[in-house]
Amino acid sequence: MNPKIARHVYGWLLFTPAAIFFILFTHYPIVRSCFLSLFSNSRGGRPPEFVGLENYHYLIDDPIFWQALKNNLIYAFGTIPVTICLAMLMAVWVNRQMAGRAFVRAAYFTPTILPMIAIANIWLFFYTPGIGLFDNILQYFGYPGRNWLGNPDTALACLMVIAVWKDAGFFMIFYLAALQGLPKDVIEAGRIEGAGRFYFFRRVTFPLLMPTTVFVVFNALINTFRIIDHIFILTKGGPDNATELLLYYLFQTAFEFWDTAYAAVLTVVIMTILMTLALAQFKVLERRTHYQ
Amino acid sequence: MEPSAFWHRIETLAAWLLALIWAAPLLYAFWAAFHPPHYAVHFSLTAPLTLANFVEAWQTAPFARYFLNTILYTTTTTALQFVLCTLAAYSFACYDWKGRDIAFALILIQLMVMPDQLLVVNYQTMTALKLVDSIPAISLPYIASAFGVFLLRQNFKQVPIALAEAARVEGAGPLTILMKVYVPLSKSVYLAYGLVSVSWHWNNFLWPLVITNSVTTRPITVGLSIFGSPENGVNFAIVSAGTLMSVAPLLVGFLLFQRQFVQSFMRAGIK
Repeated sequence: MNPKIARHVYGWLLFTPAAIFFILFTHYPIVRSCFLSLFSNSRGGRPPEFVGLENYHYLIDDPIFWQALKNNLIYAFGTIPVTICLAMLMAVWVNRQMAGRAFVRAAYFTPTILPMIAIANIWLFFYTPGIGLFDNILQYFGYPGRNWLGNPDTALACLMVIAVWKDAGFFMIFYLAALQGLPKDVIEAGRIEGAGRFYFFRRVTFPLLMPTTVFVVFNALINTFRIIDHIFILTKGGPDNATELLLYYLFQTAFEFWDTAYAAVLTVVIMTILMTLALAQFKVLERRTHYQ
Repeated sequence: MEPSAFWHRIETLAAWLLALIWAAPLLYAFWAAFHPPHYAVHFSLTAPLTLANFVEAWQTAPFARYFLNTILYTTTTTALQFVLCTLAAYSFACYDWKGRDIAFALILIQLMVMPDQLLVVNYQTMTALKLVDSIPAISLPYIASAFGVFLLRQNFKQVPIALAEAARVEGAGPLTILMKVYVPLSKSVYLAYGLVSVSWHWNNFLWPLVITNSVTTRPITVGLSIFGSPENGVNFAIVSAGTLMSVAPLLVGFLLFQRQFVQSFMRAGIK
């Protein structure tokens, strides 16, 4: 065989096994979701009918969808800045010489490797009214306990605390890697100039960590559309839809209400958001490279 | 004491305090699991130690089977990912074929929309393939991993072409070159990818929850969610014991190979 053609053939052959599974479980479902979202559910043996954008009209009038979207935004913008600040702080601390550094780093990072279900099991007890840890603390100081997860005002915040606890250590390692990769001469220059530790961090380290921060922010955003396991244990979307996040709502629609058409609509919404985020990340990174 | 040394100590103290707060939930779970249920809310240094909670948890739910399922699912997935992603990455890194760039861009989509969000259609596909409630069904959507292809391709590209050329001159075919040159030079990436993939799938929940519905297929996370759900009425000491049992392999692995874990996650994230 002509060696040039052989290279094409080999290239394709090597890619084919992966390609089959990429198409079957990523590309086909994406296209199929869009398609299904334009049809009604099959009822009583009747095949699905083309209904155009009717399912999307239903979406716009669905208060639970808007609540879930709002919750997703609160969840993201409530957890991400806190997580990032803590992650930076942890990284800066662990990056210096100190007694017991290995223990401190392990303590920060351990929540990351635990499954969210296990974490939720543990935290559930903290939030238990009357006997949970938080109520014990409140009662110790003479305040009445409260039903943390049963109250729409506090339930989402309870989930957010867990997310911060789990993710801060994970993002810490990216900052740690970035800190260790900082140019030595810049650090040395700062030391010779006698810059204060905080001033140096604000004016030199923080801007240099910016690419890491961009990476972390977008990863954290994507995670809010991926990690919803704790909701299953702690609140199941309640009370009063206060902890309904989009992916959880998608799960309920598809596998509790068995409303495939509407689940397809929600899938399309989530896909659109994720692709917009990815595009935004691309644009941000592209703009940064111009003045670097 | 000069001021900088003073601040150094303050920072160390703060770092320790935060570490204690971060470790507290897990330490608390240990406390509850190793003491009689009564002591879950009463701290006392003289509280008797016991393994009864572990025994009861082990007898309440089929943990052994759940572990087996998780191990089967996790190893199958990671092994198949290694094979498929290695071949694809090799193709992208070393072969110049028609449509390669478009194919690569299409794979990129999976970094944005993952099988986790596509469960509705994937469930239908599994139904059509008659695979619902089987271990392959948990694995299959993940075995072609864009992340894996990227990671390995990046690494293969750094392998000097001269090495591959030398092997070719000696008459080695494409697969021999892959196995004798590229794979051995990428051991550390495989370790990193393997660790990340195993811990990711060990912890995976939503898709396994959807696609399994019997004891013989359910992985540990799904089993644990049934075991620990409040409707079950199992007391906290036993839930803690069950929870610790199910995270033990990963936790022990992490504490033993902490450096490898941290470096793997770092490496996998930075790309």
